[in-house]
Amino acid sequence: MPEPLMRYLIWPLVKFLVAFLIVQVIVAAMNYIERRLLGLMQARLGPNRVGNEVFEKITPRSLHRFIPGGLLQIIADPIKFILKEDIVPSSSEKVAYFLGPMLPLIPAFLVFCLIPYGPPPTFVVTHVNVGLLLILALTSTGVYGIILGGWASNNKYSLMGGLRSAAQMVSYEVPFGLSIVGVLMLCGSFDLVRIINYQADHIWNLFPQLIAAFIFLVAMNAENNRTPFDLPEAESELVAGYHTEYSAMKFAFFMLAEYSSMIVNCCLMVSLFFGGWTLAINGYGLTTGVLRGWGLAGGILGAVIFISKVMLFMLMYIWFRATFPRFRFDQLMDLGWKWMIPLALANIAVTAVVVLLGLQFNFQGEVVLSIAGAAIIAFTLFLLLRPRAKVIHARRVSEA
Amino acid sequence: MFDVHEMEVNFGPQHPSTHGVLRVILKIDGERIVDAKPIIGYLHRGTEKLFENMSYPMCIPHTDRMDYVASATNNLGFVETVEKLMGITKQIPKRAQLMRVMLSELQRLSSHLLWLATHAIDIGAMTPFFYCFREREQILDLFEEYCGARLTLNCMRIGGMPEDLPPGWLDDVEAFVDKFDAAIDEYESLLTNNRIWKKRTVGIGVISPEEAIDWGITGPPLRGSGVEWDLRRAQPYECYPELQFEIPIGKNGDTYDRYLVRMEEMRQSNWILKQCIPLVKATPAGDIKAKISRVVRPPEGEVYHSIESPKGELGYYIIADGKTQNAYRCHVRPPSFVNLQALPAMAKGHLVSDLVALIGTIDIVLGEVDR
Repeated sequence: MPEPLMRYLIWPLVKFLVAFLIVQVIVAAMNYIERRLLGLMQARLGPNRVGNEVFEKITPRSLHRFIPGGLLQIIADPIKFILKEDIVPSSSEKVAYFLGPMLPLIPAFLVFCLIPYGPPPTFVVTHVNVGLLLILALTSTGVYGIILGGWASNNKYSLMGGLRSAAQMVSYEVPFGLSIVGVLMLCGSFDLVRIINYQADHIWNLFPQLIAAFIFLVAMNAENNRTPFDLPEAESELVAGYHTEYSAMKFAFFMLAEYSSMIVNCCLMVSLFFGGWTLAINGYGLTTGVLRGWGLAGGILGAVIFISKVMLFMLMYIWFRATFPRFRFDQLMDLGWKWMIPLALANIAVTAVVVLLGLQFNFQGEVVLSIAGAAIIAFTLFLLLRPRAKVIHARRVSEA
Repeated sequence: MFDVHEMEVNFGPQHPSTHGVLRVILKIDGERIVDAKPIIGYLHRGTEKLFENMSYPMCIPHTDRMDYVASATNNLGFVETVEKLMGITKQIPKRAQLMRVMLSELQRLSSHLLWLATHAIDIGAMTPFFYCFREREQILDLFEEYCGARLTLNCMRIGGMPEDLPPGWLDDVEAFVDKFDAAIDEYESLLTNNRIWKKRTVGIGVISPEEAIDWGITGPPLRGSGVEWDLRRAQPYECYPELQFEIPIGKNGDTYDRYLVRMEEMRQSNWILKQCIPLVKATPAGDIKAKISRVVRPPEGEVYHSIESPKGELGYYIIADGKTQNAYRCHVRPPSFVNLQALPAMAKGHLVSDLVALIGTIDIVLGEVDR
């Protein structure tokens, strides 16, 4: 087989399929993990039965108590989705109704070939030097499916859900994109591999870009319509929002796209602010060079580190879901436009000034910014831990 | 200037957050509510008419099914009204009175827990729902231990109580009340100081004290507006005068204040329960019934009597003809029904998201609204 064909078509395709399958398994598992973890946080059990008998038959008795209950729920859920009746409302706009669940899937899946899972070249599907821009462009098209689906269902609640999510996603694209700019200025590249290597050689971008990381975290929650920004599907207000009228596999597609883009955003978070597959500071530790020196084992170790970090952020989504109430629509917009965007712009300005001064007077900008970040962390900890007034209660008559 | 396009949305009766079968016809401009019109009657069972065709003791199970999350207080209201009609209020033994108070305070706790659970999940906080149900389950277990039923208790009789407390029941209650204050702290740690919770509740659905009185609002919504009016103090019944408790009141009359008032009410109810336990232990066992005829036939006359149910003033108006064992007419003044009337005024100008918060804060039970 000619060498270019292997290099530019077959290998990327194989790598993409492997990455895609792994991610889809994570997506399926996330459903189970989310339900179990929410159960743990909410004093209940979550799915703990499906498949227990199977595992008890095929494993030795001594292992039984180490196997978490309900593991086959991961398989049972998709089977249920496939077997359910696929209801199409008679008054819906048929073409758009079918396109609705399909459209968000395409960008959500495509993005996976742009994310570096481990040290290049083996663990990077396609090495694009403007990878970050391409990822942003692809993920922002996901909203079309939601708008189409919400509108085509011909249901007022769906329409409101679709409109809400359109406004929300468009608004939060802005701080989402702006928060990355500081990282780009520090690293001087759109290439995720170079950004990660830069972090291994200096310091995780989290510290010099603390505010940006925070904005990114909030904006990615909003992008994915997750609590506390889950207004498009707020079940207590809009029944189920844009997917009220969708059932069976079409509904599953929405879920799949949502969880896929959650993983994409977590991957971005880890790559941009948490050092990707490396575990190093100032060039010491598990840098790309060290990992590559160990060959395939090092590569796999890098991928495992990357996926562990991603999973930590996925668990964070669940933690948020168990903790926060939901914003109201106008408050969400306020937060986005009045707080997030000015904050992101200020962050860009400060970073730009420090980086330029660093170039001019020959000091390292990220050190100064890291000290500022540490100061912010200390101040926040002070605010959180300072002794505070007792729990407020309603005035009692004897006090009034 | 602009052509405002209003959309009409049918909110309910099959909607996850209308707490049953409330239907609200919304006129919305974007997300802003121009007009909200509650439509009720989907759960109408003709309870008042049923009361006319059965003897007084037979009515008690039907009162359970009005406010089905607070049946003990419904029982209490009915039996007290009949007792007042018969003039035997003073004859109720101390032990029976204390048992009634304990059951209705436990019921207040369980009703408020259900309110908090649904109110929080309406606003999007998922976890308090499960925490509240964890404690509510224990209260229902206590009910089950006493009368065998968990929801529709049918636990009071005209002239006293159906049976004495089972052995060990007071200890179980004591174990529960000792833990419960910490449980309230746990709910509050999730909500009270939460920025998002405050954003969603502070300044939403403000009712001024005057408006609240004009609407006839009672219960926590009235006290949330800063009016000190609790029937347990204002028109004391049973042995409430002997018990110590405070009436929490709000300041601004918004959803957050109503939330604080109800949270504080739970603490006060818990306090009442703590006081009751030694008092009950001091009364002779088995002294739970007044010595009255088995056939309940009140003299001719009419009476209105109301108690403080978890949701507000629950009143019964009974006319007896003195000849039969049936009421000639029995009217119920359910607090939810009256409080619900303020919904359109409260909702106007707010967003759709606030509507669910408002329905939650009024704390309606449709069984009671529709009867």
